Amino acid sequence: MWKNLLDWIEYRIPMMRVANMHAIQYPAPRNMNFWYVFGFLATIVLVNQIVTGIWLTMSFEPSAERAFASVEYIMRDVEYGWILRYMHSTGASAFFIVVYLHMFRGMMYGSYQKPRELLWLFGMFIYLALMAEAFMGYVLPWGQMSYWGAQVIVSLFGAIPVIGEDLVIWIQGDYVISGATLNRFFALHVIALPLVIVILVFLHIVALHEVGSNNPDGVEVKRPKGSLKEEDKTKFAMHEYYTKKYDIIDDVVPFFPHIVLKDLVAFCVFLALFCYVLFFNPEMGGYFLEHPNFEIANPLKTPEHIFPVWYFTPFYAILKAVPDKLGGVIAMFAAIIALALLPWIDRGKVRSWRYRCGLHKWNLLVFAGVFIFLGYLGGTPQENWKIIASQILTVMYFGFFGLLWMYSKNENTKPVPERITK
Amino acid sequence: MKKLLLIACLLVPGLALAAGPSVPLDKANYDLTDKASLQNGAKLFMNYCLGCHQQQYQRYSRSFEDMGVPLEMGQEYLQFTGEKVTDHVTNTMPEESAAKWFGAAPPDLTLVARVRGADWLYTYLRAFYADDSRPFGVNNKVFKDVGMPHVLQELQGLPRETHEKRLIDGEMVDQYVGIKSDGTGELSPEEYDAAVLDLVNYLVYVGEPARLEAESIGRWVLVFILVLFVFVYLLKKEYWRDVH
Repeated sequence: MWKNLLDWIEYRIPMMRVANMHAIQYPAPRNMNFWYVFGFLATIVLVNQIVTGIWLTMSFEPSAERAFASVEYIMRDVEYGWILRYMHSTGASAFFIVVYLHMFRGMMYGSYQKPRELLWLFGMFIYLALMAEAFMGYVLPWGQMSYWGAQVIVSLFGAIPVIGEDLVIWIQGDYVISGATLNRFFALHVIALPLVIVILVFLHIVALHEVGSNNPDGVEVKRPKGSLKEEDKTKFAMHEYYTKKYDIIDDVVPFFPHIVLKDLVAFCVFLALFCYVLFFNPEMGGYFLEHPNFEIANPLKTPEHIFPVWYFTPFYAILKAVPDKLGGVIAMFAAIIALALLPWIDRGKVRSWRYRCGLHKWNLLVFAGVFIFLGYLGGTPQENWKIIASQILTVMYFGFFGLLWMYSKNENTKPVPERITK
Repeated sequence: MKKLLLIACLLVPGLALAAGPSVPLDKANYDLTDKASLQNGAKLFMNYCLGCHQQQYQRYSRSFEDMGVPLEMGQEYLQFTGEKVTDHVTNTMPEESAAKWFGAAPPDLTLVARVRGADWLYTYLRAFYADDSRPFGVNNKVFKDVGMPHVLQELQGLPRETHEKRLIDGEMVDQYVGIKSDGTGELSPEEYDAAVLDLVNYLVYVGEPARLEAESIGRWVLVFILVLFVFVYLLKKEYWRDVH
């Protein structure tokens, strides 16, 4: 009966074939370590944001008059509305935490290198869309930081020569940030950008499965057809889509159950941390929910300090480091574009930092430190030394790419093993 | 040098404001499970604050239920304006006139504890002092030149800045040592602190009425995740045993 139903469906759409190909018999390197769980976690958070978002829209009212009050209505009068709201707000920060770790993983093990350039680019587009999505979402509760944060970010477009001022009015839908802005941000936040993100995630995964997963050794597990002896091939059943084209070395495990179970272990740990924040510390000391945002937006009262939420602060520090406004905007976008161009800036042939030169390891670690320190500078009140510090760190941020471009051409690398090491 | 600094401070009052409160904040050891304290805080709020400040996002009935006050009793003792028990905690002061009277309209206090923090509120309500240069005759150490009168004066009495003569660096200096009530209030200093703490407790509660429920659900959720983790981990180990 069950079998008949499955056959009936399979005859009409390739349900089991696609599941087998992409979620069950997908060959994954067996040495994928803890750094390899963040893609899975990002997917989980995406689902969390979409599901809780749907329920929040059922009670949220996107107007300047009612937005703030309707959030408090959700927090007080909607049954378990506070759980939905905190899941969504904690999810926003969690999304960036896992995405930043996911990106750093890619940099450590050279996952952006040939043939994974497009995969990396799709990832960067997801990151961009995610930033837009998070920014617009933050405007919706219509608190003080929602309003003034929007003011700062939207006014950046005013720095563009000639069209800047008209562009700002076009984005706002008004001469100032107003209910019209809130309404269109709501539309973009709940429909347009989630659609874009979901499509990009789909492409990201399709691209990944076409070229295969990288691993901490950066060793290819798919070898040319006919190059491996029978005893060197994997004993696990892999989908014929992969085995027809390649010989797959005996260093892989099937995605299900092996990788899924490993991801689930990570998921439990993640869930524990997530739920701790959700139930015990949803404001996270003012980082996940900023204190001034519990005050309703007031166009006549500028807050003492205006910061974006923590995940934007590194770029905010770069923006402020350049004295000229247009220059700052260009530097900020250049900082993101530089990341997107990594596959072409890095001219090395060895992927993993395990087998690259010592300078590369240091360069990467310093870059991570610079990014975190920039985040601190962009998220704390302005002081004189901080301007100089953020200028130095901005130079160091771009210096990472410059150095990489130079030393990667004729790099002194260690020998890469034939097969995955452990 | 010190003089220069002093002059600079006087010339740029904005600097003093930007630096935040000039006094260190006292720790407010509030206890959301203490229903008597919450009830007393609610009583103080309804009697002394609600005239000017609303809690427009919170319903009376929600507060009464969470604080263990029967609805009829709450209506009788904590509701003065004849609204329904399910109505929001609002007043009828027109915002525009209020802005004229006080310089700025008194803010809604539903979420004030989440904006300012409990410690800030606890210190602020105990930091009024007599200052004849101000329209209401009082100023505040935490919120300089605040537009609010000292509404709890009948409880605390009129607080004055006190100074002591102290020997510092070989000179006798008049040093500021704090605020002291003139003793005309209904409460002793300790009783006043306790009353303010009750009020702060109530404000913290109203800021996030689901706090206690969140924590009690959260504990079970974490226990569940821990158990789930153990089983998932064992299952993962079992499947991976043959791989390495």
